[in-house]
Amino acid sequence: MRSTRSLRGEAAIVGIAEAASPTGELPARGRTLEAQVIKAALDDAGLTLADVDGVAHADSSLDLAEFLSIAPAFTESTYTGGSGYELYVEKAAAAIATGLAETIVIVYAATPRSDRKQGLGGWVEPAGPRDEFEVPYGLGLMGSYALAADRHMSQYGTTEEQLASIAVATRQWAGFNPMARFTDPLTVDDVLASPRICSPLHQLDCCLVTDGAGAIVVTSTERAKDLRNPVVPVLGAASLHSHNMIHAMPDLTVTPGAITGKRALDHAGVTAGDVGLLMGYDSFTITALLHLEDLGFVPKGEAGAFVADGNTRPGGSLPMNTNGGGLSYTHPGMYGIFLLTEAVRQLRGAAGARQIQDLEIAVAHGSGQFLSAMSTVVLGTEAAL
Amino acid sequence: MSRNEFAPLPSAATARYWAATRERRLLLQWCPNCERHVHHPREACPGCLSTELQWRESAGRGTVHAVSVHYRPFAPMTAEDCPYAVAFVDLEDGVRFLANVTADDLEAIRVGDPVSLQWSPIADGYHLPVFHANAH
Repeated sequence: MRSTRSLRGEAAIVGIAEAASPTGELPARGRTLEAQVIKAALDDAGLTLADVDGVAHADSSLDLAEFLSIAPAFTESTYTGGSGYELYVEKAAAAIATGLAETIVIVYAATPRSDRKQGLGGWVEPAGPRDEFEVPYGLGLMGSYALAADRHMSQYGTTEEQLASIAVATRQWAGFNPMARFTDPLTVDDVLASPRICSPLHQLDCCLVTDGAGAIVVTSTERAKDLRNPVVPVLGAASLHSHNMIHAMPDLTVTPGAITGKRALDHAGVTAGDVGLLMGYDSFTITALLHLEDLGFVPKGEAGAFVADGNTRPGGSLPMNTNGGGLSYTHPGMYGIFLLTEAVRQLRGAAGARQIQDLEIAVAHGSGQFLSAMSTVVLGTEAAL
Repeated sequence: MSRNEFAPLPSAATARYWAATRERRLLLQWCPNCERHVHHPREACPGCLSTELQWRESAGRGTVHAVSVHYRPFAPMTAEDCPYAVAFVDLEDGVRFLANVTADDLEAIRVGDPVSLQWSPIADGYHLPVFHANAH
């Protein structure tokens, strides 16, 4: 890759907002919910819609901008599944660093839980080769991840107990989040006793289905210094997709994170050892386990023992998913924006009971589709600039 | 609907593949230029972009690369189909092929187990290539 002007530290996340509830349901939906979180994120930043000259939305930034009656210089709707929001931060930071735009709003809202109750249509997968070569065999999203888990277990001796310990640690963190869907303590035995849906994965290895929404405001670090919140600069970012359907994944045990993690950390000028918080997309326990290895926190094949030893739980050496994650907090379908809001909250020192002390570097690592598309964003405090 | 009622919608790139399943033959796409298989079948070789792709018949022998037993049905499967196993099979042809694997004891199927091709009838006279784990 050609080396260009670095975007390190050029942009910062200055506004965050999210909506979720312990019932898993929200009273608003669609544009109403999006307007609410955009307003809250702009208020958080001390900005208004008049300051916004860029938008990102996974469906249509064109429609979003029309709805908001703004004419954005930066418009972004690349679809990579749940990692889209990390991708948007990377692109927003690049746009800001090159002067294409200054203040960009990223928004997401989905209410699958309420929609299902009200009989509203759910998400329909776009047509593709999966329809002929995976779907006829009854392979869905969970089965795809189960195949990756089975291969990892076979190749490295990872156990169901070790995978379950990720759900347990994440639930411990959820206990500190009053907005989390589930906060009751969980044991490895509870996970293993939950229904086996696609072996080796059980129901409690699997993320929730909840309503949820989030918004993020990114602007230049220069401008961020004049705003009300502690500055949280984007220090590095990288994205890659190696396939879409699991059929085309080059190696079931190695994700694109093995490349994006190193690139993003190099970009930020830090190493995995400098990272005090990993917000790693946990669509399933296996997803989070693969991130730990591919981002370089542990060597390939050793994440099972690492999580079973409690390293990612409260008080552990590498706090992971301190909001309770997709496994216990919320998962409306494309959870990636919540990785960013929590990382920012922690870096501001505003995470309350779950605050990590002396945090300087956090990583938000999004994972989309079938371990297919990954984006890593390295965030820091102003001191890390 | 169950798996047996599944009706593929072949594209120009996959028509030959599906047509051969009517005769219970497993055809894999082959690029004579790169001398390698191309799977899933597509309009051009991802190695050289040749659109002159050929087909070669597979003997349908391979080993399990990864397997998951499903206790809950995912469409088009129904509750009556459960449990069923989905596996990646490393074919001797060098292709990693996704399919159902049958066995007397699905939970006993392991990575590395040898499997052989079988055919399951589906809608419109087509068949679906599936595999049987010989050892179980």
